Amino acid sequence: MLLDVQFSLRNGIFVIGGLLSFVLAGAALKSSSQALAQTQPVAATQAPVSQSAPAQPATVPPVAGQTQRGGLSVVVLDPAHGGTDPGARGTGGVRESDLVLEFSDPVRRALEAQGLRVRQTRQGNDDPSLDDRSTMANAQRGTVFVTLHVSSTGLPGTVRVYTMTDFPPMTDTTGMLAWDRAQAPFLELSRKLGDLVQGQLSQRFKGSPGTAQTAAVRQLRTTAAPAIAVEVSSVTVDDRAALERMAPGVADAIARGIAAFRPIYEASPVVGALP
Amino acid sequence: MTPRWRTRLLVGLALAVVAAAIYFPILRRRVQRAARLQQQSEEQARRELTLTLPANPGQPRVKTKLFWASSTEDGVLVPTTVDLPLSDDPVLRAKQVLNTLLAGPVDTELRTLPPDAALLEFYLLPDGTAIADFSEALATSTPSGIQSEQLAVDSIARTLEADVPQVRRMRILIHGQEMETLAGHLDLMGTFVVNMNPALAPTSRPSATSAPAADKASAEPGKLTPGTAPGKLAQPGHKP
Repeated sequence: MLLDVQFSLRNGIFVIGGLLSFVLAGAALKSSSQALAQTQPVAATQAPVSQSAPAQPATVPPVAGQTQRGGLSVVVLDPAHGGTDPGARGTGGVRESDLVLEFSDPVRRALEAQGLRVRQTRQGNDDPSLDDRSTMANAQRGTVFVTLHVSSTGLPGTVRVYTMTDFPPMTDTTGMLAWDRAQAPFLELSRKLGDLVQGQLSQRFKGSPGTAQTAAVRQLRTTAAPAIAVEVSSVTVDDRAALERMAPGVADAIARGIAAFRPIYEASPVVGALP
Repeated sequence: MTPRWRTRLLVGLALAVVAAAIYFPILRRRVQRAARLQQQSEEQARRELTLTLPANPGQPRVKTKLFWASSTEDGVLVPTTVDLPLSDDPVLRAKQVLNTLLAGPVDTELRTLPPDAALLEFYLLPDGTAIADFSEALATSTPSGIQSEQLAVDSIARTLEADVPQVRRMRILIHGQEMETLAGHLDLMGTFVVNMNPALAPTSRPSATSAPAADKASAEPGKLTPGTAPGKLAQPGHKP
């Protein structure tokens, strides 16, 4: 009898324990679902913070009063997006990240034919951070940076070149160039390069503008070298082949534009000092 | 384990399963209700803001310039002038013009901003820096691309420039958060120049921002004018 009472007591505890664990699990689920609304914005806040994290310690050493030694020898070619970021997407399944990678092959060959070395920010379907891409150009001198894009809008068959917009006046007086405004001293050179490449493109692709435009392109801001963004219109084409046919013309225009920019770059004083 | 214990164990487990079966549908309903409430509050915020639009019947109607895409030239913004009873208060005024801009032109092909985007809040600091907080749709529904993102920001900046002279610079937040880019390309961590006309500048502004001469120097190309690039925001379906 005593044994029986003990058994039923234990049994009761067991059943209550089982129920309690279910209720607890349910409550945890409920609270996590309520916290969902808060979790998303928090994640969004953290992203820019971590991106801008290198902004504080990372600086580009300034060099002033020298002329360019060694000249222009390297082009950092950046097929934008990649990995989980497809960039612009068309209804016909065209993805910006795939197309720019395809474009980078003929562009690389055309640049190498001009005697330039080419370093690509990505070779496959991966997605290096915007800062990592800039780092490839910032790590050495004698470099220009070209980021390749395909737009969602615009007259199909046209190509536009963008350079970074002006930076707000500098308030920092540490003598070091802040990472987040690395492009500032290169703006003038970037615009010369942009106009040369855009000029070549407008000859090949009717309807393209005659000169480069300015836009606050995030990728260009942290690049400490003459830097341009080249954007082809657009992923909305029904036939992907129409865009692929543009690749040799785009490649030739970029290579000729950079070749024409070489003497301008080499005659310019070493940039890297504060503007 | 004795058969008796096994029975009790099974009974206990069965009870737990029954309790869970009763509790889970209730939980699911609660989760769904919470999600609906969140959606409603966002929609409510949007409606509240748009409702302030016609709330100034006493104000005289003034010519208001709204910058949408050109119907003749691709990728170019053109001003459309409409008569609106705008408030004299710069913040209310900015909300009114931006909500009208978001509502879009008659020809929806000429939109520069996605139809589902809403202005959540608008602040104006004493130095003329405006902070415009938009709903997430501005980031998720703007077609990805330098041109389309530039046109979206530029239409906001130029509309504010034309209608709210107190605004000198602008920051864009998405749902109260700083974002690195709008839709993958355009930098949202920086400040956009809206209006650097010193005659219209407010008298009291912190000196930390910079000297007027330096401001002016940075104003011209910083205006984000799209130039003559072709293209318009007509493909809301083609975005990442």
